[in-house]
Amino acid sequence: MVMKGRAHRFGDDINTDYIISGRYKFKTLDMAELSCHVMEDLDPGFADRVNEGDFLVAGKNFGCGSSREQAPLALKHAGVAAVLAQSFARIYFRNSINNGLPALVCDTSRIVDGDELEIDLQTGLISNASTGEEIRAHPLPPVMLKILSEGGLVEYMRKHGALTV
Amino acid sequence: MGAGRTISEKILGAHADADARAGDIVIARLDYCMAQDGTAPLAIRSFEGMEGGEIAMKGRAAFCIDHNAPSPLRAVSDLHAQMRDFASKYGLELNDVGEGVCHQVMLDRGHVVPGSLVIGADSHTCTYGALNAFATGVGSTDLATGLLSGSLWFRVPETIKIRVRGTLEPGVFAKDIALMMVGDITADGATYMALETGGPAIEALDLDGRLCISNLAVEMGAKAGLMEADEKTRAFLEGRTRVEYEPVSPDPDAGYAEERSYDVGDLEPMVAKPHTVDNVCPVGEVEGAPVAQGLIGTCTNGRLADLRAAAEILKGRRLAPGVRLIVAPASRGVMLAALREGLIETFTECGAAVMCPGCASCVGTHQGIPGDGENVISTANRNFKGRMGNPEAFIYLASPATVAASVLEGKITDPRKYLG
Ligand code: SF4
Repeated sequence: MVMKGRAHRFGDDINTDYIISGRYKFKTLDMAELSCHVMEDLDPGFADRVNEGDFLVAGKNFGCGSSREQAPLALKHAGVAAVLAQSFARIYFRNSINNGLPALVCDTSRIVDGDELEIDLQTGLISNASTGEEIRAHPLPPVMLKILSEGGLVEYMRKHGALTV
Repeated sequence: MGAGRTISEKILGAHADADARAGDIVIARLDYCMAQDGTAPLAIRSFEGMEGGEIAMKGRAAFCIDHNAPSPLRAVSDLHAQMRDFASKYGLELNDVGEGVCHQVMLDRGHVVPGSLVIGADSHTCTYGALNAFATGVGSTDLATGLLSGSLWFRVPETIKIRVRGTLEPGVFAKDIALMMVGDITADGATYMALETGGPAIEALDLDGRLCISNLAVEMGAKAGLMEADEKTRAFLEGRTRVEYEPVSPDPDAGYAEERSYDVGDLEPMVAKPHTVDNVCPVGEVEGAPVAQGLIGTCTNGRLADLRAAAEILKGRRLAPGVRLIVAPASRGVMLAALREGLIETFTECGAAVMCPGCASCVGTHQGIPGDGENVISTANRNFKGRMGNPEAFIYLASPATVAASVLEGKITDPRKYLG
């Protein structure tokens, strides 16, 4: 599966409070509403600028902080198709895969805001159409690829009832 | 790497019937599951989406209403009602408004024992590592999977071994050790890894202090903040649980990703400056910065030893003019003990607002949102921009003693000034 979209560039240590503030997430489970506020404290215009299928590109330790699963869910509902980062915080990474939002660990240092990217999830190959560069992402373990291919852990459990390695 | 095994490898291996080694992915049986009011509603939604029926964790799962307790909004009340309905339908323990912060409730009720495997839909679940349990924070959908099937996948973490020695000077506490460690290891220095913290300085701490250190493990990115069990651990569990347990020690030849050692003999009171937890310095560097609000409480420092340390400084004194102090005991048990000791009286007399046991102002959803441009000094574990509900406020993190001294002066103050 190849995904095409535009890069939205962020820095290091983007925590889940920045992705979706606790001010909103405790109030509602309505993801359409939450998605209007993604990244608001860092970049107030982000929710309006992001297009369906775009990618969020960050530095190290993306998703640190609280375990709120609303973070990857709100990103997904805002239209983000995948997140690329140098590294992810552990709980965020699990939550992202569990909700069917691909999280790819790769060298993001030469991707800038607005770059057009093409990502092949199976091979982990990322092509930057704006620079002509190719980047390799770390391969995902089989259990995560299975969860992603079912569209998330809820779908996976509905089908299989329990996890198997 | 050595042939021996770390605490994480032993606990995860025992729960997966496997010779689990760092880097392996295992599916392990769970001993206990927990979710709070910020994560349980989504776990319920995920659980329902899984269409699985009965839960495997009946009698071994708890919901806690602590993040927004009492409810500040009608919409939140509806989510709380969903939690109560789900808990009674599926046989979960429901800890309602006033029971306290989920993590302290889990400890008070004896749900965590050495050697056990616990997941919580809250990032500070790592706190229970101080009781020698492999306890880690997960998301809501992971929690729903755990409730439904009784097991979950884990990547067995590499371990950083940390040895702490030296005797703390008066006025310096476990929180200062923890902040010093976060400053040194940094916010992502232990990502995906477990910490095994020990040594004479840790053995000398009471459980309240050890829990504070394990609580901050996740602020270094760690998956678990483990310690070994000893006589103090056993004494803590006495009367709280009747579950049989077997403490787990690492093998002498266990393989570690990294080993670090610290001497805390000349450690000073530490402060984490806005807006990251690893932005740490000795209190002297920020002394004098004005403070509008203090917070004493949370799953980091809302325990009895913390309230005592703060009360010792506040007793017979008054808050500086124009300063607020919010005190929230971590649980009903802590609140009762603090009442009996007269600590609540001390807080009330000095001018503090004592809140219902729970998360209080920690996460910015109710009770004590700071104003624009205000500095807050807090005993919590996070000082991210917007954390307490206002991105225009500045949060400093410190020990209960440092917070107490600072609210008396209206500016960040070294607590040693008020001792002896
Ligand atoms: S006290 Fe703060 S850090 Fe602890 S569980 Fe509550 S909100 Fe989270």
